[in-house]
Amino acid sequence: MQDNIFVKRRNSNLIFLSLLILFSVGSIIITQYDVLKGFTSIAKAFIWGVSNFYPDVKALRILPEILPKLLETVLMSIAATTVASVFALFLALVGSRTTRINIIFSVVSRGIASYLRNIPLVAWAMVLMLAFSQSPLTGYLALFFGSLGFLTRAFMETIDEVGNNPIEALQATGSNYFHIIFQAVLPAGMPQMISWLLFMIETNIRDATLVGVLTGTGIGFSFDLYYKRFDYHAASLVVVFIVITVIFIEFVSNNIRRVIL
Amino acid sequence: MALLELSDVSKYYNQAAPALDHVTFSVEEGEFVSIIGPSGAGKSTLLRCINRMVEPSSGEISVDGVLSSSLNKKKLRRLRTKIGMIFQHYNLVDRLTVIENVLHGRLGYKSTLAGILGRYSQDEKRQAFRIINILGLNEQIYKRCDQLSGGQKQRVGIARALIQNPKIILCDEPIASLDPNASKLIMDHLRNISTEMGITVVVNLHQVEIAMKYSDRIIGVNKGKVVFDGSPDELMPGQIQAIYGSEPTSEDLVAELGERHAG
Amino acid sequence: MQFEESIKGWAQLSDYNDNPSIGIVKPLNKASIAMRTVLLVLLGLTVYFFWTLDYQNVDILKGLADTFVNFETMFLHPLAHRFTLGEAVYNVVVTLGLAFLTTLIGGFVALFLGLLAAQNLAPKPVTNFIKGFVAFIRAVPTILWVLIFAVAAGLGSAAAIIGMSFHSISYLTKAYSESFEDLDRSVIEALMASGANWWQIVFQAVIPSSITYLLSWTFLRFEINFANAVAMGAAAGAGGIGFDLYMAGSFYFDLREVGLITYLIIAIAIVLEVVSTKIKGKLQNNNS
Repeated sequence: MQDNIFVKRRNSNLIFLSLLILFSVGSIIITQYDVLKGFTSIAKAFIWGVSNFYPDVKALRILPEILPKLLETVLMSIAATTVASVFALFLALVGSRTTRINIIFSVVSRGIASYLRNIPLVAWAMVLMLAFSQSPLTGYLALFFGSLGFLTRAFMETIDEVGNNPIEALQATGSNYFHIIFQAVLPAGMPQMISWLLFMIETNIRDATLVGVLTGTGIGFSFDLYYKRFDYHAASLVVVFIVITVIFIEFVSNNIRRVIL
Repeated sequence: MALLELSDVSKYYNQAAPALDHVTFSVEEGEFVSIIGPSGAGKSTLLRCINRMVEPSSGEISVDGVLSSSLNKKKLRRLRTKIGMIFQHYNLVDRLTVIENVLHGRLGYKSTLAGILGRYSQDEKRQAFRIINILGLNEQIYKRCDQLSGGQKQRVGIARALIQNPKIILCDEPIASLDPNASKLIMDHLRNISTEMGITVVVNLHQVEIAMKYSDRIIGVNKGKVVFDGSPDELMPGQIQAIYGSEPTSEDLVAELGERHAG
Repeated sequence: MQFEESIKGWAQLSDYNDNPSIGIVKPLNKASIAMRTVLLVLLGLTVYFFWTLDYQNVDILKGLADTFVNFETMFLHPLAHRFTLGEAVYNVVVTLGLAFLTTLIGGFVALFLGLLAAQNLAPKPVTNFIKGFVAFIRAVPTILWVLIFAVAAGLGSAAAIIGMSFHSISYLTKAYSESFEDLDRSVIEALMASGANWWQIVFQAVIPSSITYLLSWTFLRFEINFANAVAMGAAAGAGGIGFDLYMAGSFYFDLREVGLITYLIIAIAIVLEVVSTKIKGKLQNNNS
């Protein structure tokens, strides 16, 4: 009887493994992924990278061009996230189970958040470019809409976590809705919400590169420019600066989180 | 006129059984009343109907001469300022300090803008410090509430209720989460509030001995009905059985009661 | 009792001497100063951004109005002109394939790196190095990894899959190592005491006890990789539905097609989310 459990486990492992192989083979065929090419290209890329993809002295001349772009990208991410979080807070208050005003608004708000969250950034970038062409405003709006959905969901979770207890207590003292929001819900949830805000900024700076490639704004545009010209030394310098920026922002965020959480 | 009057109050959460079944009693100003009964008897519902946190299905409740069912939102809030409430799980904003939580009790008196900005008058702040002093929380005034023990947290809850300057304080299982020492402290404070300040106190408890020790009056509730309403002296073993049904605990209570009456 | 009366009443009861400088209600502690500073700085930077923004003569109101009309076309009249629904679904499957392969590669490599990065399984210098290395990888945006690899492998599925794998590895290494670290040290000690070697402990104790977390993190990464694969299809020629989206939007300017494709993507994303929640639930049930 006891053998049964080992047999069962081995069988379920075998099934899992065979499904895995099935999906892998299927995917390889359908994506036309040349497995051999894939693995050899790693070696090739490594060799190429070491011999070509590094910033040299000549590349440093592009600094005055890319630094303003870098700043623009960082500011764009911060601005998009900050403004999005104001709207997200409002939507989250309406949508959360504990602070909602009425069930219909709550469902509508959750629906909007879900919808916005799942629209890919690429789609936003495409559509906004048609109306706003290649201005930094396009990049800003793409990041704004992309952040709005995620932040609403994140803030709603935070508000739910605060729980109903303090709200119940303040209701019993005769406070009105706004008192309860500003004196109980917001103070309790603020650290977690700021943490989400910082997380969104970090994510947006990375996504801004992608948006930049698509919409011709910011540092992503710079990379694309040098890449398409085959000026790999310059392109590698851009990458170096992006890495420095991202790591710096992460460092600052982590320190802020350590203090406030 | 009594401070608190319940007439024929019933509450149905579903068709099957009523949470409250034609409850009628009144409480005079300055009385210390304990409500006892098994879990699910309707004690919490009863308390919450008094300040309309739960809407009664039928019946009338009047507090300080005002019928609570007819009130609009604004008047209801004004009524609630006269009714303080403390909770089993303290219901504090943990991240904020003791003094901030205590002052929350004044929000019912403030305009929307003043409340949002947290503008409290000098008098209110003075009052808060005095009340905190009486409850023995001087050392903790600027501490965050999540750094306090259970007994300290409940005292903050009491302070928050007191600063409302209430006529009546409702206590929903205030000592259920506390150890015996902290429980005694809280009950002593509640008794002092009733005796010294003349504030009516209504407490939900599941410890019969404590109810008997501190109350002027005991109301026993079972399955939503009032099955006992009288002074602790009148509470006989037979009545405890009626309140708690044939649960094993009631036999212990009866035995304890027998010892008390014997000695 | 009026408030003034009660003030006197409490004064009599209490032996508290009124501090003449009563006023402090909101104490200044490190956390609240930090929070307020952060918010003010962010607000300031936002304002600065808008102030120095080069609007390039874009009429904002007209732009917003146009966008609104565009959204309406996209979402209310979706229609594909250049391909059938069947072809679109095929492309979605291609994109899913891209996501699957990169997650697979990411998972395998992350399994080993994760073991090396777990503080209860490897020495401190090793774990620190791996964690730092992985953070560095994460700092380079995925699109850049893909484009870098495209130099050697050409713009196509190979570059996309390998390029996306970097972030998959980074993300899953962090997730796996944290799952491994959750394991009770005493279990490892017990097995070591009975003479098992490192590999045996890993495969007989560490992995089986964290398998539910590993699987759910991996599936979560799969969802993210689907979105990534769409983006790489658009930006790096990797094929799939993302490429169709790019063509419809930037080449043919066909908003109705964009709308249809967007709907498909949203639908798949929601399906993946639902499956992920179900898997999490089932795994938790199997565990308990």
